[in-house]
Amino acid sequence: MKRRHIAATAGRFLAGTIAAGLLGVGIAGAQEPIKVGSFLSVTGPAAFLGDPEQKTLELYVEKLNAAGGVLGRKLQLVAYDSAGDAEKARTFARRLIEQDRVDVIVGGSTTGETMAVVPLVEQAGIPFISLAGAVVIVEPVKKWVFKTPHTDRMACEKVFGDMRSRGIAKIAIISGAGGFDRSMRGECLKVAAQNKIEIVADESYAAGDSDMTAQLTKIRGTAGVQAVLNAGFGQGPAIVTRNYRQIGVTVPLYQSHGVASKEYVKLSGDAAEGVRLPAAALLVAESLPDSDAQKKVVVAYKREYEGRFKSEVSTFGGHAYDGLMLAVEAMKRAGSTDKARVRDALEATRGYMGTAGVVNMSAQDHMGLDLTAFRMLEVRKGNWTLVK
Amino acid sequence: MSPELAQYLLSGITIGAIYALVALGFSIIFNASHVINFAQGEFVMIGGMTTVSLIGAGLPLPFAIVAAVAVAAGVGLAFEKFAVEPARGAPVVTLIIITIGASIFLRGLATLVWDKKLHALPAFSGHKPIEIAGAALLPQSLWVIGVTLAIVLALSWFFGRTLPGKAILATSHQRLAAQLVGINVRTVLFISFGLSAALGAIAGILIAPITLTSWDVGIMLGLKGFAAAVLGGLGSGAGAVLGGLVLGIAETLSAGYISSAYKDVIAFVLMLAVLFFMPRGLLGGRITERV
Repeated sequence: MKRRHIAATAGRFLAGTIAAGLLGVGIAGAQEPIKVGSFLSVTGPAAFLGDPEQKTLELYVEKLNAAGGVLGRKLQLVAYDSAGDAEKARTFARRLIEQDRVDVIVGGSTTGETMAVVPLVEQAGIPFISLAGAVVIVEPVKKWVFKTPHTDRMACEKVFGDMRSRGIAKIAIISGAGGFDRSMRGECLKVAAQNKIEIVADESYAAGDSDMTAQLTKIRGTAGVQAVLNAGFGQGPAIVTRNYRQIGVTVPLYQSHGVASKEYVKLSGDAAEGVRLPAAALLVAESLPDSDAQKKVVVAYKREYEGRFKSEVSTFGGHAYDGLMLAVEAMKRAGSTDKARVRDALEATRGYMGTAGVVNMSAQDHMGLDLTAFRMLEVRKGNWTLVK
Repeated sequence: MSPELAQYLLSGITIGAIYALVALGFSIIFNASHVINFAQGEFVMIGGMTTVSLIGAGLPLPFAIVAAVAVAAGVGLAFEKFAVEPARGAPVVTLIIITIGASIFLRGLATLVWDKKLHALPAFSGHKPIEIAGAALLPQSLWVIGVTLAIVLALSWFFGRTLPGKAILATSHQRLAAQLVGINVRTVLFISFGLSAALGAIAGILIAPITLTSWDVGIMLGLKGFAAAVLGGLGSGAGAVLGGLVLGIAETLSAGYISSAYKDVIAFVLMLAVLFFMPRGLLGGRITERV
């Protein structure tokens, strides 16, 4: 698929050049396209990230070009499939920098792939907007590296904030063994104290476990637990939710943004009723109030994506949209594609409204999102409702 | 008994019954061929996923179940015919490697035929938990335990009282002698793959309402089922059930009283300890003596 895509891109490019030459239109020939490089996990275990990301980039590069391009030049997407492999990501990033000579890189579906590429872009001095989640990407700040997705630390803080507002101070955490689960659990443990939350029980389950009643029974028997947070991804959280109701735990249950999809509600059935979780505004685009400044952006992206690909929009595609738009905005403000000037413009991004929230970058913050990026949702009658 | 202990035991028995069903499938094929069929977990997956898509196509649950078991049995028979039989006469290790290959193939096929998403089946008789000594048990768990019992009884009748069953048993004990008295050893192998695939599918359907099902559900269940079969004594039906229950209860008790992070470690260490002192498993030795 990758090869076909590249061939198609090359073909389109060639056809365009020839057509321009035949018609003797000098403008398009003289103006080199702006090259946006990308490496994404379009196949492999992280395909659920890379697939919507690639589709989004293709869709919006096409749309931007149809609207006249950027700085009077067309955009050209050069994308490779790194298949979730950090080693491949490095190879492709080198190719993007040395052979394709791209102007900016928007990509890196996973944290592993992103971190493998960081030394290369730092050395080459090319603006790189990562689409991966972990805090380590922008902490400590790296001169040329930015990222668009919110972090799991922010999800923890959002959940803890909601707990505090309900008068909850002592909680139990139950998490799976996957990378997402462990990273989020670690971040939650780290920021619990400063959010005045005490974690009195910390249980876990293995990948593929089919029953969590033992862990939940232990949590139920722990004195003082006022709420339970499940840091999890995939099948685990749905089973936790079902088991939770089965053994009749009554304190509130919180899930993570890892299961913020209709799928989770469908799999958990009635048991999901009353569960709260933090999620990106994109998932509740249509039910946001009209006064919400983010509504216009997320509704537009959702309609565009779903109309084109006939599949449900995901936050991951949204990260790619934000990455591309941040780069384009920065180029416009810099008035050129000069790498250093685009980098400076990126760092100076203020008040950009994206699918993940308002982005305010600074020299200390290369992500620029705050907690408003997350919305607190509650499952009611099998549907999401916004918690005020 | 404290409510906690009751809950751990009930959960352990439910998980154990699931492991036991998968372990039974391992035992049947092992009996017929001394091959450990590592594609056993994939039959579990095929059973669950086929039922999900048949229900999605509008079939009522009982029909969907019967059809899914038939589909899985068909896959099992085809697997024997096209992958195992051509390699007959090859060393057992080769056959085992073939089953590993088949399991990877079947998983890949499942992602193409279906998708990579999780699916849930409706519970056969509702979600309302039953209270026993302060512990909650799902009606579906009773289905799992009940059907496991019924299958064990049916299998012991099949192997002890019917001619085809006795033929399979005879083949497992002495292949050459069985052949000499006129048993068609090839048919025996063929039947046992179909039987064990059907069993796996039944397990996959029964547990889908509890554990959900997806293309890769067979990996972990296959591993645990294999562990249960070894623990109970490979080839022994009662051993498979006992092994499954011991493994399941060991897991929940260690998650409850020691640490959920190490529950699998504890369960597997227990298994190793048993095998160290009883290399044939809990019930394996006795079966051999009876011969």
